[in-house]
Formats: sequence, C-alpha cells, structure tokens
Amino acid sequence: MSSILQVDNLVKHFNGVQAVNGVSFSIERGSCFGLLGPNGAGKTTTVEMLEGIITPTRGDIRYKGEPTGVAFRTEAGIMFQETALQEFIRVGEILELFSRFYPRTRPIDELIERCALGEFLDRDVRRLSGGQRQRLLLAIALINDPQIVFLDEPTTGLDPQARRNFWQLVNDIKREQKTLILTTHYMEEAYELCDEIIIMDHGKIIAQGSPRALLKEHFDHSVICLPAGEVPESLDSDSRMRLHRANGQVEILSDNITASIELLIAREVPLTHLQIRSRTLEDLFLELTGRELRS
Amino acid sequence: MGFRRFLAVLSARNLEFLRDRSALSWNIVLPVLIVFGFAFAFSTGGQTLFKVGLFGQPQQVPGIERFLHLKHIQFIPVESIASAIPKVERHQLDMLLETASGSYWINDQSANGYLLEQLLAGGENRFHKQTVSGEAIRYVDWLIPGVLGMNIMFSALFGVGYVIVRYRKNGVLKRLKATPLTAFEFLSAQVVSRLWLIVAVTTLVYTGTNLLVGFRMYGSYLTLFLVLVIGTFSMICLSLIIAARLSSEETANGLLNMISWPMMLLSGVWFSLEGSPEIIRQAAQIFPLTHMIEAARAIMIDGAGLWDIAPRLLIMLAMSVLFMTIGARSFKWE
Repeated sequence: MSSILQVDNLVKHFNGVQAVNGVSFSIERGSCFGLLGPNGAGKTTTVEMLEGIITPTRGDIRYKGEPTGVAFRTEAGIMFQETALQEFIRVGEILELFSRFYPRTRPIDELIERCALGEFLDRDVRRLSGGQRQRLLLAIALINDPQIVFLDEPTTGLDPQARRNFWQLVNDIKREQKTLILTTHYMEEAYELCDEIIIMDHGKIIAQGSPRALLKEHFDHSVICLPAGEVPESLDSDSRMRLHRANGQVEILSDNITASIELLIAREVPLTHLQIRSRTLEDLFLELTGRELRS
Repeated sequence: MGFRRFLAVLSARNLEFLRDRSALSWNIVLPVLIVFGFAFAFSTGGQTLFKVGLFGQPQQVPGIERFLHLKHIQFIPVESIASAIPKVERHQLDMLLETASGSYWINDQSANGYLLEQLLAGGENRFHKQTVSGEAIRYVDWLIPGVLGMNIMFSALFGVGYVIVRYRKNGVLKRLKATPLTAFEFLSAQVVSRLWLIVAVTTLVYTGTNLLVGFRMYGSYLTLFLVLVIGTFSMICLSLIIAARLSSEETANGLLNMISWPMMLLSGVWFSLEGSPEIIRQAAQIFPLTHMIEAARAIMIDGAGLWDIAPRLLIMLAMSVLFMTIGARSFKWE
C-alpha cells in the first residue's frame, strides 16, 4: 500500500504553549489510522492541522505527495468533534446545502439510506438525538465521496447501541477502501476499528503500531482477577506474585496461568469468582500515559 | 467565485431568517408600533416651542434685542432665505426673520406664526410682513424615514454581524471552512441575503403604515428605493467589520451597541440636529444612517430628485467600499 498522507516534524505553539511537538507519521491509503491520547495530549490539534483548519507553526503535511490545498478540501470528508449546523434548517436541506459545495458528490438518497436518516429528513437539525446527529454529521462528511475521512471523537456521548451502530457504518466505509483517520477516547473503539494507532502525550508520539502488535510488544502476561477480600494480604509480599489491589479487586499479572493458579490453591484462596483476561489497549494506554487524573 | 456555492449559502440563510418567526415578527412589528405611537401622540399638535429661522446679524435691526431675548423661542440660523421659506410653508419653522431688511415670513395658517408676529411687533412695527401658505408637515411625516432607518440599522448590524460571530463561536464557520466554500462566497451570501430581506421588510412596513397613516411624499419612489438599497448595503458592510474576527457574542453585542446607539442618537432619527452645535452635526456625518435618513427626508418632504441627493449616495457607496474592504481583508473563519 502507498502512503496517502505524510506528516513530517509537525509543531504547533499556542501563546507560548507547545501543543504539538515534532510529530511525524505517514498514513497508508485505505487504512484506518487512530490517534489516541489523554485530554490535552495534542491529538485534536494534530488532526485539525491535517484537516487544514489550523496552520502549523512548523512542519510539513503532504496529501498524495503535494501540499494540502483546494484538491485536498475537495477530496477530504471531515466530521468534527464539536460542530453546529445552521439553525432552522432541516436534515434534508442541510444535505442539499453541503452537496452544492462540491463538484462531485454521492447520491443523497444513498447517504440517507446508509446513515439511516430517512425517518427524520424533515426534522430541524436542532431537534435530533445524539445518535441521529452523529449519523447526519457522518453523512455530511461523506457527501463529496471523499478519499480520506477524518472522524474526531465520533462516538463521544453516544449510548452503547448507538456506538455499535456507528462502528458498523465506519466498517462499511472501510470496505470501500477509503482512508480513515480516527481520534477517540475509547480504547475498545480503536482496537475494533483501527489498523494502526499512535498514542500521543504532551504533544509527542509515545507509541505507534497496530493495536495487536503494540499489545504483544508491551505485554507478555495475562491478568487473574479475584475479589480483594478472598486474597490474604500475606500474598502481597510473595515475590512469585505481581499483585495489584484496586476498587475491591485484586489483579495478579501472570505469565504462567497454571503455575499462578496452583500457587493460589496451595494458599487456600477460593477460586469461585476467579476471572482471567488478556491485557487490553486500555491497560497499555494507562501504562504509557499514567493513571493520575489530568487537569 | 462559485455561483452555485454562493446560492446554496444564500438560500440557507434566507430559510434561517424566514423560519425564525420571533426575529421576523420583531423586525416588522417594532417600526409599525413606533410609527403608530408617534402618529397618535402628535396628532393633537403637542409641540409648544416656537422656532424662528434667523438670516443675517441680529444687531442690524434696532429694537430686535427685546424679541431675541424672549423665552420659549428657539432661534435657528439659516443659510439662505430660499431654503428656509419652504420650512415656513410646511410649518417646520414658525417664522423666518431677515435682519438686514427687517422682513419676516410667517404662514398665515399658522397660529404660532401669528403669535410670533405679535411678539415681534411689540409696540412699534418697523417690520415688513410677507405671508406664505402650505400644508403642515406632521412630526410623523418627518419621523418615518428615521424610524425605518433605525430599524434597518439594527437589522443590518445585528442580523449580519452578530450572526456571523455566533456562527464562529458555535463552530458553523469551522465546518464551512473545511469545504471548498471561500470567504468571499460566504460573506457575499450573507450580505445579499440580509439586503433583500431588509429591503422587502422595509417596503412592506412603509406600504402598510402609509395606507393607514398617509405620509407626505413629494419625491420619486424610485429614488427613495435607491436610497433604501444603498443605505442598507452600507450598514451591512459596516457590520462585516464587527463580524471579521470576534468569537464572543458578549463582546460583539457590546461593540454593536457602542456603534448603534450613538448612530441612532446623532443621525437624526428622533429629532432634528438643526440648531445643535456644529461639532455634533459634523460628527453625525461619519454615520451612514445620517446620510440615509437625510436623503430620504429630502425626497419625501422636500421633493428632492436624484441629482440633489447624489452626494449622499456617493458618500454611502464610498463608506460601503471602505467597510467591506476592511471587513473582508480581516475576516477569519476562526
């Protein structure tokens, strides 16, 4: 696969604050590329520089090998994290409005069907539910049949059903070989949708790769979970156990599940509520960015 | 410029305005209420102050000093006899006094004129009476261009300036920036949309109130329409300066009030600036509303033609070009 977007040493300062500090990466054509990071990590600033909304202080962004310009704005579809639409305009009218901005568009009927907008086409855009609104914003982002689609925290605030429904829509777009750039706070979402991710913190990339490769690289163990009251405190100092207590639970990091369970049986720990899970992207995220609350 | 994109934004903005029933009603109802309010309030002729136009130096006529020191008479210097006589005809001046010759003009249908004549004559009459006749100009005839001008000003400043600032604050502009739409296409659509809506609403209000109150109109409706279009355009262009960069509705509101209130007070919406200090009259010339109202009154009350008001049209056009250049050059989507 060839690269569709190349970013080289991107820097952005806001009034003396360095929001993005020398970020470089390239995005393969037809892939889903995820940007993860805690609040204030610089991911939205990075994405908005890619989208052409804000101008970088330094650095180079190339779309299909050329600086981003009119061609990019014509071929890119963008779904912002927070956006308002003109008031007193109906769903069908807003699709019509945006379709007239572009020289080449997808049939509006097809978008209405794909994003399930048919039931509320005549509704004022201010009276949509969260899920309906996100589906409309996605339809607007797709209206010019874009080659590259930016989705900035698209499922924030949605209920689990609406989120799963949205993932389905994103997977449909992926199947059309379109390039997707996704920012999200939901690790499950990134794991489910992204082919490659970068994790950012303090304006820099701190990890990059496919979700599975990153998990393999950083974790060689699974986690045994037990209720804290059922695990004697004497086990905390046992050098054979890597044990962590939090929120009434004990998590035991184990690279040999059989040996760990034998040890628990030997110490007469009841195993009725035992759970075993693999390390997740959320574990990796917390390990890399820290567990303390960010301001 | 992409005409298709321009028309798309124009159409969306028109829909927004026409569907915002509260704003639309207020744009129509407010001027109608003001016009009717003043038509009834002044229908009994409640003004008691005498106005005397004075041409020449007062000390030239012996015995005039006593008259000039009488209370409740406003003496207004006039530039020429020819321009002041029509004001006596229309009861805008109760008397015109030429000090060099001792001549005075009063309207023989004016009670105020008669009383002033008696006061002027005193014991000995060395003045030469000359009479004119003409219909009285009611306050409401004089007021209508001011009220409509004020409504246009508020609608232009808040309807474009405030709306663009709100668009910027809530992210509408950011969303539009991500499309091939250019700033010129976007701003042109805002200007044209507001221009035709204001022209339509103002024409409707004028026609409706005219049917019921019946204004004096001595000039050409076509010339008046030209003043309406160019005056409205200049005030919309002024609002583009406010809209250029601000993203706080509170700041925009403060700035718009800072511009609109002095403009309303100094442009002669409610009262004539005739007789006010020179500096105030000069300061009023910086406002497009002053030129719009003066031109409209000249057409409606004095029957002025296109040539007579051409300087005011040119000033408003020059202001429009200046405001639009500053507004467009400093415009930021975010």
